[in-house]
Amino acid sequence: MMEEFASESDSDYTSYWRDWFISSRGNEYFCEIDEDYLTDRFNLTGLNTEVQYYQYALDLITDVFDLDCDDDMRETIEKSARHLYGLIHARYIVTTRGLAKMLDKYKKADFGKCPRVFCRSHPLLPMGQTDAPHQKPVKLYCVRCEDVYNPKSSRHAAIDGAYFGTSFHNIMFQVYPALVPSKSAERYIPRVYGFKVHAAATLIRWQNSQRADMLRRLRKLEVESGFKEDMGGDDLDEEEDEEDELGADGQGDAMHVVG
Amino acid sequence: MMSSSSGTPESWISSFCSLLGHEYFAEVSEEFIEDDFNLTGLQTQVAMYKEALEMILDVEPEEDDEDEEEDDDEEDESIEGVERMRHGERRNHSRIASDLSVIESSAEMLYGLIHQRFICSRAGIQQMSEKYELGHFGVCPRSHCEQARTLPVGLSDIPGEETVKLFCPSCLDVYVPPNSRFQTVDGAFFGRTFGALFLLTFPEYDLTKRGADVMAGARVPEDDKEMLNGMYRRNIAPSLGRARIYEPRIYGFRVSEVARSGPRMQWLRDKPNDVSELDEARRFAEENPESDDDDESMNLNGRPVRRLRQRRRNGAGGGSPMETNGAESEL
Ligand SMILES: [Zn+2]
Ligand SMILES: [Zn+2]
Repeated sequence: MMEEFASESDSDYTSYWRDWFISSRGNEYFCEIDEDYLTDRFNLTGLNTEVQYYQYALDLITDVFDLDCDDDMRETIEKSARHLYGLIHARYIVTTRGLAKMLDKYKKADFGKCPRVFCRSHPLLPMGQTDAPHQKPVKLYCVRCEDVYNPKSSRHAAIDGAYFGTSFHNIMFQVYPALVPSKSAERYIPRVYGFKVHAAATLIRWQNSQRADMLRRLRKLEVESGFKEDMGGDDLDEEEDEEDELGADGQGDAMHVVG
Repeated sequence: MMSSSSGTPESWISSFCSLLGHEYFAEVSEEFIEDDFNLTGLQTQVAMYKEALEMILDVEPEEDDEDEEEDDDEEDESIEGVERMRHGERRNHSRIASDLSVIESSAEMLYGLIHQRFICSRAGIQQMSEKYELGHFGVCPRSHCEQARTLPVGLSDIPGEETVKLFCPSCLDVYVPPNSRFQTVDGAFFGRTFGALFLLTFPEYDLTKRGADVMAGARVPEDDKEMLNGMYRRNIAPSLGRARIYEPRIYGFRVSEVARSGPRMQWLRDKPNDVSELDEARRFAEENPESDDDDESMNLNGRPVRRLRQRRRNGAGGGSPMETNGAESEL
């Protein structure tokens, strides 16, 4: 996979604007959209109404811009080009080639690593919370804990989430299921001098019962849960062994009251 | 020895706390350090303990020279800095450099271990609460926590095992601090107890509040003070629950649980819609009206594994979910 797209120079064409764009500081989340993709009008359906000076902006992206204009106009078109690139990007990254490029960046952890301690620096993927532009900034998705995090840098936090969309990161793991890491029930348990905090401990027990219910559902359907600890081995925190065991059979409600 | 611009020399403690990466540290009071009881057991934890302690307290090492006494008589505020510097230089000459660096690193280790205890003391946790209000410990990176304030914690009380982490009371999880400069700070200098003790010590902080409201010291409102399991109900993991769980979707369609890449971790961010479901003691009484909460009642389902657990629990805690000041009696 990696070698296949490692080289951008298969064609003798140099993508001047796009090279500049993806190597600009703060644009690390973007991959380079292929020339072929950009020049196929079908891929751009509907975008002409989304950006001002659409044709000039597209010309700029594809390095054929040759309008003689003043700086203000140039800046307006430049801004439109960045927005247009983002909107095309959202479509491109769910294509086979786009997914592969993003996978490459994911493997290099270009999007950062999950800040959750028990995810052990698992790489993140960028995502939008909506597909409509100008609504919500980009967030980062961790497939290990299945949660959403804020980018660390304010430069990244200002990027429009629509440039990545709500589906891309989920499609990635559907297309490459082998990328889904094994899940872990390992977690933080607040303690005071070794004693669990009652309010937190009761919630954790309740959550564990939710997990046990889910595992039971999956087992019934003979679907692999993805938990390493599932089926027999219980390498959960040994102090947690009064909880619903992943290996034990189901009907464990009575034991929650035990504590 | 560093000097501040005003001319008065900065103490070892305040210069340690002002180092880059040391933003989470409280300034341990000399009073706390001078009470031997607080240092119990630390003598064996660091090399050159006495010298390290002297360094932390800015105490001049005892010397035999007579002439030093004379200098001391003349000391006043304005020349103290100069004096200290001179003493510092002399120390450099009288001690071999390798000793000094051993003492310096011992002092940092010793300070960290004292700090772990200090921030769990009345004065220390008070100081940490001021830092919390001022936002010195940062915010939770989880999107649904919406910038909830975090607390520095250790995952171990033993130095050298883990670096400092941030505990979010809003989602009850721990995170790696965003800046790499904290990745050299030992988590044991904050310890396993501080984070949870903070919540139990300051139950009045309104954990649903953010930003400027926290800065202003927002407290749980008088009309919402219902308690549950030793905490105000509204403060129980306010950023968890149905509405704050990520639902993966592809083109608007939810990814099913049974899909290979389907959701498996939602329980981690879940919370009952009605938190009174978490009132285990009450639920137990309701579900087992006959029982008087004794040992026999725990065996009603009869599974050996449960009886085993039960027996063990009886040994430790007497068979009912005991709580003392919000802490459970199980280790
Ligand atoms: Zn994660
Ligand atoms: Zn949080």
